[in-house]
Amino acid sequence: MIEWLTMESWSPYIVGAGIGVLIWTAFLFSDRPLGCSTAYAKSAGMVESALSRKKSEQMPYYQKVTPTVDWQWTLIIGLIIGAFLSAYLSGTFTVLIVPPVFAEAFGTNAILRSAVALAGGLLLGLGARWAGGCTSGHGISGTLQLSLASWVAAICFFAGGIIVAGLIFGFSFI
Amino acid sequence: MACERLRCNARAQIILGLVTGFVFGFLLQKGGVTNYDVIIGQLLLTDFTVVKIMLSAIVVGMIGIFLMKSAGLVRLHVSRGSIGATVVGGLIFGTGFAVLGYCPGTAAAAFGAGAVDALIGMVGMAIGAGIFARIYPDLNRSILKKGLFPADTIPELLGVRTGIVVVGVIILIIGLLYLLTILGL
Repeated sequence: MIEWLTMESWSPYIVGAGIGVLIWTAFLFSDRPLGCSTAYAKSAGMVESALSRKKSEQMPYYQKVTPTVDWQWTLIIGLIIGAFLSAYLSGTFTVLIVPPVFAEAFGTNAILRSAVALAGGLLLGLGARWAGGCTSGHGISGTLQLSLASWVAAICFFAGGIIVAGLIFGFSFI
Repeated sequence: MACERLRCNARAQIILGLVTGFVFGFLLQKGGVTNYDVIIGQLLLTDFTVVKIMLSAIVVGMIGIFLMKSAGLVRLHVSRGSIGATVVGGLIFGTGFAVLGYCPGTAAAAFGAGAVDALIGMVGMAIGAGIFARIYPDLNRSILKKGLFPADTIPELLGVRTGIVVVGVIILIIGLLYLLTILGL
């Protein structure tokens, strides 16, 4: 058991199956799909609320997605801790700012990588709320329920991602 | 029912969210998708780890969810999409996916595994979601409901029984995973 937990990586099929089972428990115990992007909207709402409680309460979106600490928000905290423990147990925990593939193409400038990450994150947060879900909420939980919107969203996530990654790094298949 | 009581217990749900996230983060890190290079590799079509994980999760998740649904234990959570919301939002998301190199869940997990750029991405996501909340009333009036989809689910769209579509999708996904293995991807 311990050896298994300290392994550097598991088969993607085992990991996928595990996520599938996790979605059963989310539906059964919490009556929710496994989605991650709502928490970011809640966090933004908490900031708005701290700036002006009255104003944030009048914003229609935060009446829909209430800026409170709940299942969806603690999910993100759990994600951070779980991944940390997994990395720590396998001895792969490393603090890095510029990932190797990015460094190879654009150099090791941490400020450049930070600016790009901030811009990318902004688009992700905007796009996820616009489409009503992310890679987990639409891409896994939604598609497995055979939701039409989720299949279309997942296709658009990857179509957009493949095109833009190709424009940034060069298309490997051409 | 015990599940109903649990679902309504706010404090228990806060803990369940934490536990669920913990397991999810552990799995994502072990799966290697907390690694920027693996995610960009998927978008450049050189590394199929992300797709393998997602497709296996869909197969296993789908079987359990539809069995529990037919037993009356769970209900589905689907909503109607539209071209203005789903397609436009999906393409914005895809662009951000390639620029950041993580998605909302894997970014949190990547930060846990030590990636500081993922934390910066998370701040960006909260800003992006905040911008959406600010412009939501205008978007809702103008673009979000444009080109409403004709159905909520694929079986509804095709007019085919859900069970048949479930079996069809499972066969399709297993075939696709098998094809990836044959191609050595």
